[in-house]
Amino acid sequence: MATVTLENLRKSYGKTEVIHGVDIDITDGEFIVIVGPSGCGKSTLLRMVAGLETVTSGDIQIDGRNVNSVEPMDRDIAMVFQNYALYPHMSVFDNMAYGLKIAKVPKDEIAKRVANAAEILQLEPYLKRKPRELSGGQRQRVAMGRAIVRKPAVFLFDEPLSNLDAKLRVQMRLEIKALQRDLGVTSLYVTHDQVEAMTLADRMIVMNSGVADQIGKPLDVYADPATEFVAGFIGSPPTNFLDAGQLGRRVEGGAKVGIRPEHIRIVPQTETDFAGKVVYSEPLGAETLVHLKLLDGEDVTVRQEGALPIPEEGESCGLSWEAKDEMIFSEDGSRVRQSGS
Amino acid sequence: MAHGFAMEKRVTFKGMWLPLLLIAPQIVITAVFFFYPAGQAIWQSLFIPDPFGLSMQWVGLGNFEFLLKDPFYRASFVTTAIFSTLVTVVSMGVALYLAVLADRLIKGSGTYRTLLIWPYAVAPAVAGVLWLFMFNTRVGVVTWYLGLLGYDWNHVLNDSEAMGLVVVASAWGRVSYNFLFFLAGLQAIPKSVIEAAAIDGARFWTRFRTIVFPLLSPTTFFLLVVNIIYAFFETFGVIHTITGGGPQQATTILVYKVYSDGFVGQDLGSSAAQSVILLVIVSILTVVQFKYIERRVHY
Repeated sequence: MATVTLENLRKSYGKTEVIHGVDIDITDGEFIVIVGPSGCGKSTLLRMVAGLETVTSGDIQIDGRNVNSVEPMDRDIAMVFQNYALYPHMSVFDNMAYGLKIAKVPKDEIAKRVANAAEILQLEPYLKRKPRELSGGQRQRVAMGRAIVRKPAVFLFDEPLSNLDAKLRVQMRLEIKALQRDLGVTSLYVTHDQVEAMTLADRMIVMNSGVADQIGKPLDVYADPATEFVAGFIGSPPTNFLDAGQLGRRVEGGAKVGIRPEHIRIVPQTETDFAGKVVYSEPLGAETLVHLKLLDGEDVTVRQEGALPIPEEGESCGLSWEAKDEMIFSEDGSRVRQSGS
Repeated sequence: MAHGFAMEKRVTFKGMWLPLLLIAPQIVITAVFFFYPAGQAIWQSLFIPDPFGLSMQWVGLGNFEFLLKDPFYRASFVTTAIFSTLVTVVSMGVALYLAVLADRLIKGSGTYRTLLIWPYAVAPAVAGVLWLFMFNTRVGVVTWYLGLLGYDWNHVLNDSEAMGLVVVASAWGRVSYNFLFFLAGLQAIPKSVIEAAAIDGARFWTRFRTIVFPLLSPTTFFLLVVNIIYAFFETFGVIHTITGGGPQQATTILVYKVYSDGFVGQDLGSSAAQSVILLVIVSILTVVQFKYIERRVHY
């Protein structure tokens, strides 16, 4: 159990800075998800916390102790890797017991802890097998088991589900969440999948080219993105961005208007100034995604109830939304707040 | 190597002539340079020729009988065992050490690697001469420095110094070869496995002992067999140039004894019998290599 604090954390490779100062206070037991597209520096950030990458400047504190120059083994952390990084020549039992053996934990205590972890993760029938004799999901569990038997202060997850198929991913996601709740261990979880981020996180850090664009609770981030990047990255299908000038929205410094697909309604053309042609519709059952092209060539996606009539391809429709749902962004992508809103 | 044979592609030929034609060069080479001499050796090992090579007398297994009773031949076995063990251990140990260092290197690893590979290009006999000059009892630079330290180096008279010198000279050229394989083996171990072990609390030496070395075992086993075969046979040039098998018989390994008994001692029958014994030994080593490399060492 521990708090983790990152203070103006920076990382450079030679002259290229890849992490441009990240600050966050993580409270004990919190589940933090670092999310962003590939190359945004999220894995580097995690590996710095793990001690696998050096810190160029800034501070990392685990439970109030500065660990900048502390070796990974002395940081009281456990990490689950994307490719699981199991020891191929050891049995499942030995994989999980490895860290405990090194820590010179008594044999009966090791047996007890591994048995306990195996029970939680349903690995009991496989303890004698080698990793290569396991399926992807089982390997994933062994990697989790290896992390939990050591009872670390902090769990680090580096895209642990990205090698699993879609169905297993959803299942493991729920299990990780439940496990983290049960154990109450402070966790940092890296993913590029915004659905994983939304569902797992107590708070999430949205990374964009080495900058933490926004840190907050998933729903807060969704409802109130701080930058154009966050608005576009969080949410599927992504936010529609329209030219502010074309829309006639005169807000100082505003260049673009973002509207989430679910906030746009298709209405008769007589009721609105905005119209577009339907390019194609995707009926998904519970909802329908309608992709349109506006008269000035901009693409817009509308998400509507599955029960509503599905517009025909090529049909012209009017589009309408409420002014309060508009998010205005400046040229450089930052959010422009209108006074009083 | 042990892995990598999985993606086999089979081509089937319709007729019989094309495949025969295609393997013919290999068959011819093997026949002329292996089966024919090997057959000759086996045949000759059953005879004793007279000193002028004009007539041969059938002795059956007499040559072998004599060899097994011969204290010099038995001594040569012991010498070979000591020599090949030392060469293998030294060359593999040094190579592994250098490979571990090179594996940690990020900058300049290309240069480092190239420099380490060079000795492999030096022919054993040339390497022997090189070392001989450095350790020459009168003009050798190492001998001179050792003299300054108060050590009187003389491998011409001292058994163990002679053995030490041929071991070092033989191992030296071999380090490059072993280094390449060890480095490739080390680089094939996923970085994340090492990192996981580091996070699990294992420090460098523990990681090496419990993770790296076991994962290197296919490479190590392969090199072990290859190096033993090297020490048995290919070190002839080094021994011939440095010690000529001496002093007395201190560095006469089996393959050198084949030469000295046969071509110097003119005992062609015994020499042939010794070749046959070596042939058996190398066959066993090869079988061991093929049998175990696929199974035992694979995790």
